[in-house]
Amino acid sequence: MNPNPVNTAFFVALRHMRAPLIVLIAIFAISVGGLVLIPGIDAQGNPWRMDFFHALYFISYTATTIGFGEIPRTFTDAQRLWVIFCIFLSVIGWAYAIGKLLAVVQDRGFSQALTGQRFERSVKRLGEPFYLICGYGETGQLLARSLDHLNIRFVVIDIDPERINELDLQDYLSDAPGLVGDARLPNNLIMAGLTHRTCVGVIALTNDDSANLAVAIAVRLLNPAIPALCRATAVNVAANMASFGTRHIIDPFDKFGEYLALAIRSPGSYQLLEWLTGLPGTELVAEREPPRGHWLVCGYGRFGQAIIRHIEHENLDVTLIDPRPSDRGTPWRWVVGEGTRAETLSEAGIDRAVGIIAGTDNDINNLAIVVTARELNPDLFVVLRQNLQANRELFRAFNSDFTVVPSEIIAHECLAILTTPLLSRFLAIVKHKDDAWADSVVARISAATGTLVPATWSVTLDRQQAPAVVEMIHRFAITLDALLRDSADRDRRMSCVPLMVVRGAEEVEIPAPEFVLREDDRILFAGLSSVVPHQQSILRNPDVLHYVLFGTEVANSWVWRKLAGAKARP
Amino acid sequence: MNLEKVVFGFFIVLAATLNFGFFIGEIDKPHLHHVSELFAAIVVNLIATVLKFGDRTQIGAIHLATSLVADLQLIAAAVAWAYAVYMSAEGLTPGAMASVVSLAGGAMLANLISVTILIAETVMLRR
Repeated sequence: MNPNPVNTAFFVALRHMRAPLIVLIAIFAISVGGLVLIPGIDAQGNPWRMDFFHALYFISYTATTIGFGEIPRTFTDAQRLWVIFCIFLSVIGWAYAIGKLLAVVQDRGFSQALTGQRFERSVKRLGEPFYLICGYGETGQLLARSLDHLNIRFVVIDIDPERINELDLQDYLSDAPGLVGDARLPNNLIMAGLTHRTCVGVIALTNDDSANLAVAIAVRLLNPAIPALCRATAVNVAANMASFGTRHIIDPFDKFGEYLALAIRSPGSYQLLEWLTGLPGTELVAEREPPRGHWLVCGYGRFGQAIIRHIEHENLDVTLIDPRPSDRGTPWRWVVGEGTRAETLSEAGIDRAVGIIAGTDNDINNLAIVVTARELNPDLFVVLRQNLQANRELFRAFNSDFTVVPSEIIAHECLAILTTPLLSRFLAIVKHKDDAWADSVVARISAATGTLVPATWSVTLDRQQAPAVVEMIHRFAITLDALLRDSADRDRRMSCVPLMVVRGAEEVEIPAPEFVLREDDRILFAGLSSVVPHQQSILRNPDVLHYVLFGTEVANSWVWRKLAGAKARP
Repeated sequence: MNLEKVVFGFFIVLAATLNFGFFIGEIDKPHLHHVSELFAAIVVNLIATVLKFGDRTQIGAIHLATSLVADLQLIAAAVAWAYAVYMSAEGLTPGAMASVVSLAGGAMLANLISVTILIAETVMLRR
């Protein structure tokens, strides 16, 4: 028989309460039986026996220490002797039963069963789409906050009970169920809703690569239809994940290495990328472009290696600084020592360097490196790695050119994949384009949004998202232009730019307004977020669409439609 | 031999036999149904019920259900008896006695089911 986990807590309690309940029943039975058997004498001196009804009544109020007195008649001394015995017996019985009940309630196993049950119930009741977040560390919390901000539900698993306690303390808009458990165990994942019908994705963000790998495999086998987003910092784990079809593998170090290489190779493309992934509505700050020349890389761990992997094709002169001796055959000059010491930096050639990357896994060391380096060479381009969110104030105080925060990179990447899947596809295109192309795109976007970071959103021309357009599209050629016009005044353009149209496997980047749309096209837009509701009304409301297309209001009633005749509707 | 099984079987069978002892005899004759036997039947039934707590199998669930039914019927019988003897003006009439005994008879049916399940379970074990 399969145990039903929903009732676990209840059955645990019942099993533990078996003995005390039997003791209580036995005590009541013995006391009542004794009272019935012992003869008494009534007021007239006649022999009298207590019956079961009155005996039970007497024992009930005596055992619970209420004590109404000797009812229905005054007792004889023999009866009183028996009652003394009953009183002590029942007090012991109650003490035993209540003590046991309290012990059960405080029992660790029982409380775990209870919280597990509560968690499972709240997951089961989730009617809306939700994401399953495995690992609630810095990255997980950052992502959870953003998802909550976007009104997206999520469920959290973490192995550390304290982090799950924190989940309750953070004031999220919607209630987020949290489970203390090992995400490597498939049972925990299933309990957290992996196979739930409204689970739309799994995000594995634990700091243990092998755990993330285990989650990826579980998702692939138990619910292959939903995407898994996995953090991986080791190259071989990432390759392993990719081998069984994990669609989104996020390596924060690799990602940053890629960005840095892009910023060196093509600053324009990098700026476009910054624009499209920034926080919408914030002012865009002009950033210094990373120069070419001699670079120092302090720390050749996972981060350093990822950086080198990406910038080695950019024709830079790199010197590595690491306390361990060079044992991995690299073609670069290797200085053994701590980057925090001025002598080591001088030996590595700080005076002719143009940039320094402080990439050790110790925040204080990283800060010490860059402070020393800036003193020796004030014009250095500084890339700083921040490991812990707690040190943010220190890093903000030091004005670096790039601050790498792995948890933020992962959270941004996850959000981009989850909210606008088309954007990551477009960004992949951007990375292969040249500066001139990127500059022209930036110019077009800034013509629409000014210096504010644009919002990006995507639209799918299907019956759910764009019923009006789908209905019209079979009878009339609709161009992209229709979706760009103002729904209040069709002669004005809305502040948005189409970035890409995806039709099947084919991509059209920066489509012209004359582009003819078809059903099931997916379009990526960038622009002011205030445009979105207006565009929605064009997509959904046939009357608004009609106005935008032809500049005439459509007659709604049957009579007016007849009167207007065929000319109103093509 | 398992002591737990002995105790379990003992209480279930004793509940049924006591119940039967109270039930047997002409239904409306108070002197044929001693109230002490009803009391004993209730106590043993309650203990049998508690013994069945915490068993999560399907058979355990049916066991518990039959016991709960028997408890309910027996307690109803006891209440009916107490009402007839102390509260009603007529006292323990043949009609009142008949309802007490028939309630206990219903409880006996539930107890018989319990015993049947116990036997079926034992037969299925084959050892």
